[in-house]
Amino acid sequence: MLDRVEPQIQSDAMQQAPDIAVSFRNVEFSIDGKRLLHKLNCEIGKAGKTVIMGPNGAGKSIFLRMIAGLLKPESGEIFIPPNDSEQQRSADISIVFQNPVLLRRSVSANIAYVLKQQGHSKKTIARLVSEALVQAKLEDRAQMPARQLSGGEQQRLAMARALVMGSSILLLDEATANLDPASTFIVEEMVDVASRAGTKIIFITHDVRQAKRVGDDILFLHKGRILAHKPKDAFFKEPGSEEAQAYLDGRVIE
Amino acid sequence: MEEIGNAFLIAFDLLRSRDAALMEIVQLSLWVSIIAVAISCIIGFFIGAALSVYRFPGRKVIVVVINALMGLPPVVLGLIVYLLLSRSGPLGVLGLLYTPTAMIIAQILLITPLVSALCLQVLEEFNREYDEFFRSLRLTSLAKIKTLLWEARFGLLTVGLAGFGRAISEVGAVMIVGGNINHATRIMTTAIALETSKGTLALALALGIILIIFSIAVNAAVMALRSSSKVQVHA
Ligand SMILES: Nc1ncnc2c1ncn2[C@@H]1O[C@H](COP(=O)(O)OP(=O)(O)OP(=O)(O)O)[C@@H](O)[C@H]1O
Ligand SMILES: [Mg+2]
Repeated sequence: MLDRVEPQIQSDAMQQAPDIAVSFRNVEFSIDGKRLLHKLNCEIGKAGKTVIMGPNGAGKSIFLRMIAGLLKPESGEIFIPPNDSEQQRSADISIVFQNPVLLRRSVSANIAYVLKQQGHSKKTIARLVSEALVQAKLEDRAQMPARQLSGGEQQRLAMARALVMGSSILLLDEATANLDPASTFIVEEMVDVASRAGTKIIFITHDVRQAKRVGDDILFLHKGRILAHKPKDAFFKEPGSEEAQAYLDGRVIE
Repeated sequence: MEEIGNAFLIAFDLLRSRDAALMEIVQLSLWVSIIAVAISCIIGFFIGAALSVYRFPGRKVIVVVINALMGLPPVVLGLIVYLLLSRSGPLGVLGLLYTPTAMIIAQILLITPLVSALCLQVLEEFNREYDEFFRSLRLTSLAKIKTLLWEARFGLLTVGLAGFGRAISEVGAVMIVGGNINHATRIMTTAIALETSKGTLALALALGIILIIFSIAVNAAVMALRSSSKVQVHA
């Protein structure tokens, strides 16, 4: 299923496909006449953690923004089957950006903000905020201005803020790129907890060992094309293209 | 030369003794400008925030008009308000001409474009930074506006101070609609103009000194605000 390049499923049938989180059908995207994504076709399953890999400028962040609905495809379609859990919230997809966008408020106020937008009661907000702070190991920073946190702490806060919304899909754009091993471990642990609670995780990383550690399936992007999408073990054994092999080996090819 | 030196001495004496006539004028000045700025900020922040969030046809035109209004000569604005409020004007029945209310109205019309334009400038920058975050949360425009106004709170305080600085030092418009009537509509700037032309330099100088102190205070407040640790931390 993961390997399928041309999905045959019809759009209305899509709604019934319980195991699909995101499906791209012939999705193309350009900016200023420059084609950045070429006829992408893929299906990302609801289960587990999908890792997106690929060289700088491959189009990974754009791909993620499309899933989040922040960019609209120029042509083609993106299907995200509605989730029918009773936890239906205002935004069912959360995204943590490559550079976290934090509000000019305290750490806890940053988390409380998104919960307030979802219309929770004061009591619920207080409870969820303190739980989230514990999970992100930021309890002792709760009252600090968010922008005074270190880069790693900021990333952890952005992560906690995204998780607390309880979305069914969580998108991470190099969420651990600048983190030390300890912070990376905390973030991976947060990802793991969310995943086990049923959240679909899609994350971008350049860290091959992290991909092996955390990922279930790997989607390899190169120059706006999907060159591979397979289970982790299969991908690392047989990357399937000269480009992917070169990327993994740290070689430059043109 | 001796006369000017003398005037300085009397001026300092007026300041030291908190001369009643002087204080009355200063108080009215502050009262008029503060009310005008407060109302201008309510209107201007709303306009600026709405323009930064909503995209609609004609938005650019409004922005251009606001910027044009910002450059309107105060005397011309005073004249327009005068025509509106004069006995034969459309709002003549209200009997507002030559009252502090007329001066407040003139100042509001004078400062609101400035406050709106500066507010828009501040909020647009914030909106650009937060745009994707807002959209990923599916925020309504109203929620965006509320958030932006709070996030930009320190910048907007500076905008309010800039408005106050403009209001308190303005003379042309308030002179026309207020009439500079003693004990009624005489404020610092109009009093300075009058006393200078009468040759009563001491009172004019005393008022001038206070005005300068106010404008230094406003600038100092802006600078203190910029460098305060609280603002830095949220930069
Ligand atoms: N607003 C834009 N205007 C023009 N080109 C853009 C814009 N945004 C992205 N691009 C181009 O699209 C391509 C893909 O960008 P994207 O950010 O998705 O790369 P990426 O795979 O996330 O890379 P990285 O690993 O460096 O984060 C790049 O070549 C980039 O220059
Ligand atoms: Mg990227």
